Amino acid sequence: MQPFIDQIISECEILQGLPLWFSYLIFQLIFCGIIFVFVAVFAMLAGYAERRVAGRIQSRIGPNRVGPQGILQSLADGIKVFLKEDIIPTHADHILFRLAPYFIFIGMFLSFVAIPFSSQWVIADLDIGIFYLLAVESLVVIGIVMSGWASNNKWSLLGGMRSAAQIVSYEVPVALTILLVVMYSGTMSIQGIIMAQGAAPWNWNIFQTPFLFVAFFPLFMGSLAEGNRMPFDMPEAESELVSGYNTEYSGFRFVIFFFAEFSNLYLIGALATVLFFGGWQAGPLPDFVNGLLGIETPLSAAIVKNLVELCVFMFKSLCLVFIVIQLRWTLPRVRVDQLMNICWKYLVPVAFFNLVVMGIWMVVVPEYVTDIVALCMTACGVLLLGYFFYRVAWQLKNTKARLRFNPLS
Amino acid sequence: MNPYFFYAFATITVLMVVLMILQKNPITGAMCLIVSFFSLAGLYVLLEAHFIAVLQILVYAGAIMVLFIFVIMFLNLKKEDLKTGRRPFYQFAALIASGALVTFLVVQYTKIPPVSFPESVAGFGTVEAIGSLMFSKYVIAFEVIGLLLLVGIIGAVLLGKKENHD
Repeated sequence: MQPFIDQIISECEILQGLPLWFSYLIFQLIFCGIIFVFVAVFAMLAGYAERRVAGRIQSRIGPNRVGPQGILQSLADGIKVFLKEDIIPTHADHILFRLAPYFIFIGMFLSFVAIPFSSQWVIADLDIGIFYLLAVESLVVIGIVMSGWASNNKWSLLGGMRSAAQIVSYEVPVALTILLVVMYSGTMSIQGIIMAQGAAPWNWNIFQTPFLFVAFFPLFMGSLAEGNRMPFDMPEAESELVSGYNTEYSGFRFVIFFFAEFSNLYLIGALATVLFFGGWQAGPLPDFVNGLLGIETPLSAAIVKNLVELCVFMFKSLCLVFIVIQLRWTLPRVRVDQLMNICWKYLVPVAFFNLVVMGIWMVVVPEYVTDIVALCMTACGVLLLGYFFYRVAWQLKNTKARLRFNPLS
Repeated sequence: MNPYFFYAFATITVLMVVLMILQKNPITGAMCLIVSFFSLAGLYVLLEAHFIAVLQILVYAGAIMVLFIFVIMFLNLKKEDLKTGRRPFYQFAALIASGALVTFLVVQYTKIPPVSFPESVAGFGTVEAIGSLMFSKYVIAFEVIGLLLLVGIIGAVLLGKKENHD
């Protein structure tokens, strides 16, 4: 972030009169504000997209009444929830009940501090960035457990305890997988991990070695479990626990839980993009766009470059978000014992095996072999993706709702 | 190291630990402990030890405290369980002992000559610096601690298994 701010200050004469720390503060605050707005808008749109995808997968229509194609549905829901009475149960622990949503909220936003949206647009590129992401996740767990306990409700308590058990367990394979990537990239800084990869798919981490490819799945499943997403949404399994840890919450406090859930959805996609899919790496694309637009001043060129990288990053992470949404409506929820079995009996051993074999691979295998392997892996990846699209196309073509319905007529 | 930040974090840490001891409700006590862990991490950041700071949050505030809270919630203490009988003798003894300790500490504190914090070296406290120290100068200690942890893990697994057979 600092080089970018420096560049703006050097271009802008008004800012040069101000003290340096003041302009840094102002720009960081603006950037935080932008992220806040982004999360709010993303939560709204993702909520809408999720319900439409659900409708499509379940051969029904989904919300399509408020605004064109129902796009304003989330806004209407938001207004409705805001107008609800804020209820705190009589026998709840008042202080902790009020405090819990803030813990969750802060934990979520602290994660966004380290997410790099482009080569220069990141609030803080920490030396230990990826480790930091793991650490701040713990605030969310504490918030969830707190809300479950403070509600003084059996369902909430069960939800909170499930969440604690689940997140503590799934942190192990996630941390081991992240360690694998850190080992391969040789750095813990998130920007460093992205810069160790390239723009082309065969330079992405996921296609570098078979072990990194396998390692993607423990990470993805682990972050699904940590984000309480289907098929691992035990803490709020609505068929068993009403709504889990947030059963007793209403009004604005409930909105905070809702925001946190959807910003977590984005974080799942962003984390996988950063670690395995090359992050914001856009290759020659920014220069090409700059040439196309005929931009010459360094500041506008830098802005365009960052914008292009932002688009690349968003595209990759939103693709993953879409897969997460699809998974939610495709897979059934696992049972608690199955959940623990998947983690401790399958994911953890796989992650450990990967870690050890990857270390041996890095020492033994010469570079030209890894290049060939990377190309082969990319080909396999393309085939897999092709099969995925083939299946989706088949579903779209053959399982259409047999209902003629035109809201405009 | 900025003294204002130091005093702010230090005050929060001490205050929260004291609050934790004074709390009757174990969950509230655990929350106070978590806040103190976070401000302790802040102190580590002020000392340029970012890696240790994040470890502090990850291990203590994240894993260990979640397990603590988990256990406390499993016990599900009621209000009646938390009431303890008044024992005037113990209270009196504790008062005298703690008073003596505080007096001793204050007297010792005034004897310490003021020391300025040394400037930190570039690259101090980074993952790289800690890693190379751990694998060169302190490699034996590091490996022994690793072995100790392994023994601990195996012991935990054994203890957990034993109950299933009975």
